[in-house]
Amino acid sequence: MSGCLMLAAVNFHTLLFYVFAALACGFAVGVVLADNVVRMALYLVLSLGATAGLFFLAGAEFIGAMQLMIYVGGTLVLLVFGVMLTAQAPFVSIKTSAGDRVLAGIVAASLLALLLQAAFSVEAWRRPALGEVGPPAATPIGVALVGVRVDAPSAGGPQGVRSGYLLPFEIVSVHLLVVLVGAAYLARAKRRRTPRAIEVAASVASPLDARRRASSPASALTAGGSR
Amino acid sequence: MADFLINSVGLPPWLAWTVMAGVAAFLILNVIAGGALVFIWAERKIAARIQDRLGPTRTGGRFGWLQSLADGIKLLAKEDLMPEGADGLLFRIAPYVSFCASFCAFIALPFAFDFVGQRLNVGVFFVVAVLGLEVFGVILAGYASASKWSLFGAMREAAQVVSYEVPLGMCVVVPVMLAGTMDLVTIAEKQAGWFTNWYLFHDPFTFVVFWVYVTCAVASVNRAPFDLAEAESELVAGFHTEYSGLRWSFFFMAEYGSMFLVSALAAVLFLGGWNGPIPLAKLLGVSAGTGDTAHYLVRLVGCGNLIAKATLGVLVMMWIRWTLPRLRIDQVMTTCLKYCTPIAAAMFAGAMLWQLFLPGGLVPGVSRPAGEIREGWIEGPGGAASRPANAPAQAMAEVRP
Repeated sequence: MSGCLMLAAVNFHTLLFYVFAALACGFAVGVVLADNVVRMALYLVLSLGATAGLFFLAGAEFIGAMQLMIYVGGTLVLLVFGVMLTAQAPFVSIKTSAGDRVLAGIVAASLLALLLQAAFSVEAWRRPALGEVGPPAATPIGVALVGVRVDAPSAGGPQGVRSGYLLPFEIVSVHLLVVLVGAAYLARAKRRRTPRAIEVAASVASPLDARRRASSPASALTAGGSR
Repeated sequence: MADFLINSVGLPPWLAWTVMAGVAAFLILNVIAGGALVFIWAERKIAARIQDRLGPTRTGGRFGWLQSLADGIKLLAKEDLMPEGADGLLFRIAPYVSFCASFCAFIALPFAFDFVGQRLNVGVFFVVAVLGLEVFGVILAGYASASKWSLFGAMREAAQVVSYEVPLGMCVVVPVMLAGTMDLVTIAEKQAGWFTNWYLFHDPFTFVVFWVYVTCAVASVNRAPFDLAEAESELVAGFHTEYSGLRWSFFFMAEYGSMFLVSALAAVLFLGGWNGPIPLAKLLGVSAGTGDTAHYLVRLVGCGNLIAKATLGVLVMMWIRWTLPRLRIDQVMTTCLKYCTPIAAAMFAGAMLWQLFLPGGLVPGVSRPAGEIREGWIEGPGGAASRPANAPAQAMAEVRP
């Protein structure tokens, strides 16, 4: 019975939070340590799924489902592209050089320090209120990014031109799209045309004959069949 | 029911919620596993009848109805093989990923007013999002098998499922727009009454969009004529070429689970959910004040209604599978991008205009706007609508000191 009481004393909500948080962090470390692109993707999906679990736990069901739809589903497409564009042989492992490790460590550590500092400097988490003047926080910027100015209500409104930072935000999004297209273009495999066996044989026999045969539909059929 | 456990049985809240979660998970698991057994038997019988054969006849009596059980025992006893060059971890984990995705989507699926694992106010969205994850297991399986057939199958499946998510999402949006909510329970509740209240018969656009949904649903669960991922005439068995035994059967449990799920989703979105074609409960005089037992019976009947509709959908899928030839990959993509997506988009716009200009239907006064709850009898104290959507989350909040 004492065991039951001890369990009852444990806060169920907090316990689940810790479980999901540990899963998310653990699989995130797994992404970094794995050396195979598909395993990385698997860990990334599990980590993002655990994050979605955190959102569901917080009662933010829409954001949780969004997380599943966009990030987990997006990882799926990323994975397909990763395998299609990078894999030259089965089960390629990606080795990181020592210099890259040091550089990545420095970047990650500085970012983590910044985030920790920002997270712990907030006195109390609260909802944004209209026209409220408080200590400088990130909330007004975040809300302004979607087009609502809580810090300057007069600047907003349907007729106001300067209603938040929605336009710059959208421009950045389009830039992101451009970058994605460019990345796909750069990563594209260079096409090297190898002559088919039947064409080689034909060209050895007679160049004129080969040219005539290549233009006929019958040779296209045999060439397709010989692959 | 958790309230009942807390108040009447006297369990502590944490234990009550755990027990409730366990019961729900157990029931859903049985729907998937038991459903797979029945559906595999039905598939074999239907395939046989369509091809003018008898199918299983001996195991378990006259109709061979124990055939699936015998197959299951055989699969359990089979050796769990893994190819030598395979990526062991991914190869082992892939069937469970598929199965978990299929299983998780059932959590938000309502079987009757209160018979839902977890009522979410974005239920439709959740189901569609989680269902899209099933393909992840297939891709893992295809990649980890270190076999060309498997990888081909997985890549085809990825291309197909990612493409078909677009028209599927558009079809799903139409009932969501009519009901004004993404909550599956509320959507079904708004179609209560006679079968003319179902969204299928709401206007011509929803009628067309239902058939687009059926096409996309068949494609998104990889059933013939869209089963390119396992096209046995060209790819041996596609993504599950290298699998055997229980792991192989997990893929099939996931497939039959997803089939049942998309059919049940179609039933909830377009075919009135748990509401029968005739409002029997109302005609018999069951109302909010009738009592809990009658309500419970009505819910059981409603649960049977939904399962019957979903089973009908699965049977139609089998009928399609054994009737139509398999499409080529370019034909699959053409169907999706040139036909399903534009039709779904046009029907969405049409349904929207219909809502704007003819909200009461062609004959005003006979039918009522889609967003209204037409039959109000369940809106009583025990009704689903009176219960907050996130009851467990609230209870969690209450448990918190």
